[in-house]
Parts: sequence; structure tokens; C-alpha cells
Amino acid sequence: MTTDLKVLASKLSEVFSGKVVALEERLDELTLVVKATDLVEVFTRLRDDAGLRFEQLVDLCGVDYSAYGSDISEEGKYLQDEEVAVAYPRRFAVVYHLLSVAHNARLRVRIFAEDDGFPVLDSVTEIWSCANWYEREAFDLYGIVFIGHPDLRRLLTDYGFVGNPFRKDFPLSGHVEMRYDPVQQRVVYQPVTVEPREVTPRIVREETFGSN
Amino acid sequence: MAEIKNYTMNFGPQHPAAHGVLRLVLELDGEVVERADPHIGLLHRATEKLAEHKTFLQTLPYMDRLDYVSMMCNEHAYVMAVEKLAGIEVPIRAQYIRVMYDEITRVLNHLLWLGAVGIDLGAMTMFFYTFRDREDLVDCYEAVSGARMHAAYYRPGGVYRDLPDSMPQYQASKIHNAAAVKQMNESRQGGLLDFLEDFTNRFPKHIDEFETLLTDNRIWKQRTVGIGVVSPERAMALGFTGPMLRGSGIEWDLRKKQPYEVYDRIDFDIPVGVEGDCYDRYLVRIEEMRQSNRIIKQCIAWLRANPGPVMATSNKFVPPKREAMKQNMEELIHHFKLFTEGMHVPAGEVYSAVEHPKGEFGIYLVSDGANKPYRMKIRAPGFAHLSSLDEMSRGHMIADVVALIGTQDIVFGEVDR
Repeated sequence: MTTDLKVLASKLSEVFSGKVVALEERLDELTLVVKATDLVEVFTRLRDDAGLRFEQLVDLCGVDYSAYGSDISEEGKYLQDEEVAVAYPRRFAVVYHLLSVAHNARLRVRIFAEDDGFPVLDSVTEIWSCANWYEREAFDLYGIVFIGHPDLRRLLTDYGFVGNPFRKDFPLSGHVEMRYDPVQQRVVYQPVTVEPREVTPRIVREETFGSN
Repeated sequence: MAEIKNYTMNFGPQHPAAHGVLRLVLELDGEVVERADPHIGLLHRATEKLAEHKTFLQTLPYMDRLDYVSMMCNEHAYVMAVEKLAGIEVPIRAQYIRVMYDEITRVLNHLLWLGAVGIDLGAMTMFFYTFRDREDLVDCYEAVSGARMHAAYYRPGGVYRDLPDSMPQYQASKIHNAAAVKQMNESRQGGLLDFLEDFTNRFPKHIDEFETLLTDNRIWKQRTVGIGVVSPERAMALGFTGPMLRGSGIEWDLRKKQPYEVYDRIDFDIPVGVEGDCYDRYLVRIEEMRQSNRIIKQCIAWLRANPGPVMATSNKFVPPKREAMKQNMEELIHHFKLFTEGMHVPAGEVYSAVEHPKGEFGIYLVSDGANKPYRMKIRAPGFAHLSSLDEMSRGHMIADVVALIGTQDIVFGEVDR
């Protein structure tokens, strides 16, 4: 059966004493937050320590917290509500999901990038090979730069794409559209002609909504 | 003497063996692959970004369109994530129905895989054999949801409706006369469970037929044995899951190790490979179909004996019954709120994973308490598998690349998302 989270949590706080920024257990899942400067050391230890043995990086993804808890939108972009978003002072984070096959345990690690304007983190491709594409994806969609990555190119977006589409200030309809131009006899890009449209507005309700 | 040059070859994006829109830049030394650089994203639809602009229920049908050969398993991971965040209890009958349909989906996926990979490697007959059986299973999809592929049958809180008591019948036409139609309708006289049981009785024989065509086939073995060998250690580092990981000899199956729904009450085995080559991955998937057949049989027996509700009764998350909505003001308001504003899922984050036919399919969902997800990340098994293609194909011939793409079971709906 799966490893008891309490045991894992005490093990983690013992191994990484002084490095743990937060260690939270919720919904049967354990989330560890560490500083960006400790990244490589912590992950190497998580993989190699006999009591932890997280051999697999299941998932790696970027998150943009700049509109967290906010329902203010303008032209298809969500904006920061300054009163709400105090929980996440940094804008960009990378969330790693680890799996230990040996101990049948899962762990989520969240690392915030220090600089909001130019988010940089160390690469984990040396630790888990499969991080290669995941980091390329996070670089592509969020513009997070991974130092030490062997081949940091765009992955999912078009050749020559400009911008980071999953950032919260990037509108859903994008900036450019593509069509075939019969005069030039080739495909051309032009500014989008669609109006940003939101059928269902985003609404954040109080905790007790609908419970009576 | 002829001069030997290195070539860079472009494979795809429109190549029948690329299983979709894969563009592969191959650096070749003669016919030997020195480097493979897959270019993906040609089917990128930004499902994750779209989800941030849709209510939780509106996102559900997008899940079908991720891995479009194993639709309900994708839905399963998503509804499990929402249920976990919202704390919804799913009725036991709905859990059995989900397990049964997950296994139907697994068989559907492996059948399509077997047919497609057969064609890739020159075994044309497989396609016709596997599609005969797929037909019955997509009929099961259609019977519960009305759609043969994009079902949207699982909902947060259970499944959309209970299993039907009757199956649709074939009608006589120019092509099929009355006698032929009567024979075709023979297995469709009872309800869905009867139809499915009839299928599970026939199916093991059909798997034997597939195996007589391939398992000892000399050409098939020449194309797959010893191709793309991955050691267990590398398989872990490369993020393999599902049949790819089991083919490399690691006994890991979420249905056994981290059971969800009612898998812990069901008796089945996990096949594991030895060599870690394409042939082992083929054998693992064949055996998985037999095991899925066993699971479906157990679910049918349980579902026959235990009627009950298939949807939770939480007004905050589950729409009311149609009749009640027409007669009762309270229900009408709930219905209106759920389908305009949508459900409000409590703030938090959750990762839920299912044993998808291709591997571990996970949904990482971040909610800030709004009626839409704040961030949704889809962890697709094919993404990790395809990223290893470079390492797996080095030193192999071009023709082997086709076998590798085939046994990785790549579907671009989930790789590109």
C-alpha cells in the first residue's frame, strides 16, 4: 500500500531541515515548497536518498499565479486583484510531481521563480531525463528559463511564435491569426480580427455559497 | 566506390505511420538513425488554456478529445480531480460502471493500437479483425451516451445515466435482408449488460485469433524482437508508465498499487515483460486485453445484482432530475445556476491519476474557488513516451522507427493537447 503521508512528511522535514519553506498535507497529497537556490540539491537528494527514492518525475508544469483569486477581466485578460492575491507573492512557479515506485509514494514540489520579469530556475534534466520536454513546454508556454537545459527550444507552439500563450495576460484569442493570401500566394499572419468574448464570466464566491 | 553521405530526413507530419501529425527530423548515416528530433505541437489546441475560460462542466467534453481512442479514461481522471477537490462521494454503482467502461476503453484502445501497428509493420489483416470487435464496444459507448466516441458520460458525482435495458436494433436495408438482420440482432435482444456479456464470452477466442496471426509470426518477430530495448532503470528515468514501463519488467499498475474506484475489489493480474523490447510491449498489451475482459465480466455480475443510484445527490455539484426541475422552483434555480454560472469548486490543488490504456494519465487541477479552474495541467503518458524516441531509436534502422512509434502507442490528441 501507499506510504503514510505523516511518515513521509516527518522524513522530509528531517532530511531537508532548514530548506523546507512549507510542507503541507491536503486531500491526501503532500506539497513541499523549497527555495529556487536549493533546487538541484533537493531533487538529487529526493531521487537518491534510500528512504525517499523518487525515481520518476511524473509531471512538471509552470503556473502563473498573477490572477489567483481574482475575477476582474479586461479584453479577455485576467488582471490581478491586489486585495485578493497575497497568498502568492511571486508570479511564476514550477510544480513537480514525483513518484516513488519503490515506496509507492507521491510528492508535489513547488518552486517559485524569484524574478517575476525574467523567471529563471535550474534545470532538472540531469536528474530525470524526461524533464527535457517538460521544461521545454514550460519555457514555451510560460517563458520560464531553465539553466543547464541542453536544448531549450519552443515545443508546442508554431515555428516563429511570439509570446508565452499560457501567461494570464495573454488573451485566449491570441494576437495574430493566419490566412492564405491569394495575391502573395502564401500564408500570412495578421492581427486577430475576433473580438474577445466571454460567455460565462469568472466569478469567485464566498466559501459558504450555495451551502444552505 | 560509392560515397556514403549523412542525410537529414524529414518524416511526416503527414505520414501514415506517424499515427497523427508527428514531424520527425531524422539524422541518418546510411539507413541508421543517428538522431531523431520529434517536432510536436501541430495539433496543439491549448486545452489547458481553454479550460481556464470554461466552467468545470464545460471542460469535460474537451477531455474526450485529448486521447481520442480512449475517451472515457480521460474523463475519468478529470472527474476524479473535481470530485476530490469538491469532496463529492460517488455512489458505488457509478464506480462499478466507471470501472467497467474504463476496461471497455482499454480494450478499444488496444484493439485500435493492434490494428494500426499491424498495418505499420505489414500485417494488414489485423486491422479488419480488430475493427470487427471494436464495433461492438463502440456500440456500448453509443448505448449509454449516444455518441460512439466523444461520450461525455462520466460527470462529477457519478455517470450521466444508468445502463439502458435495451440495445438499438439493426433495420433491414438494401444490403441486409430480414434474415441477415435477425442474425445481427441476435445478441441485442437483452439490455446492455447482456450484449456486453455476450461479447466477453466471444472475445477471448478472438484474442487467440489475433495471436495466431502475430505472436509466432516470423516476420512480426523480426520486426519487433530486440527493437527499442529499454532497461528498467532507463524506463523510470524517461518517465515511462503503463504498458511501456511494464514491458521493461517493472511491476507497476495504478489499478493495483494506488487503487481508485473499486479496483481493489476486483480480481485481475498485471502482465510484465522481460526484455523491454517492442515484442514484449506487444505481449503485455495482448495480455491486458484478456485481463480487461475478466474485469468486465466481474463488473457485469456485480451490476446485475446491485441496482442503485448512479449519481451523487449534492445540489451544489449535481444537476437535479429533469422532472423535478420542471415542477419545483428550488430545483429550477439549482439547474439554472449549475448550467449558467457553473459549480464552485473549493480552493485548493489536486493531482489525480488513472491507469489509462497508454500509461498514467493525470490531471493537476488548481482551483481558487471560482466557477472555472485556475490552472489545469494534463499529464499525458504519450508525451513522456515520445520524448524518449530519440534515445530509443539511436542505432536502429528507419523502418524500426515505425515499430517504435507504433509500440509507444502515440496519439497526438494527448501529446499536443
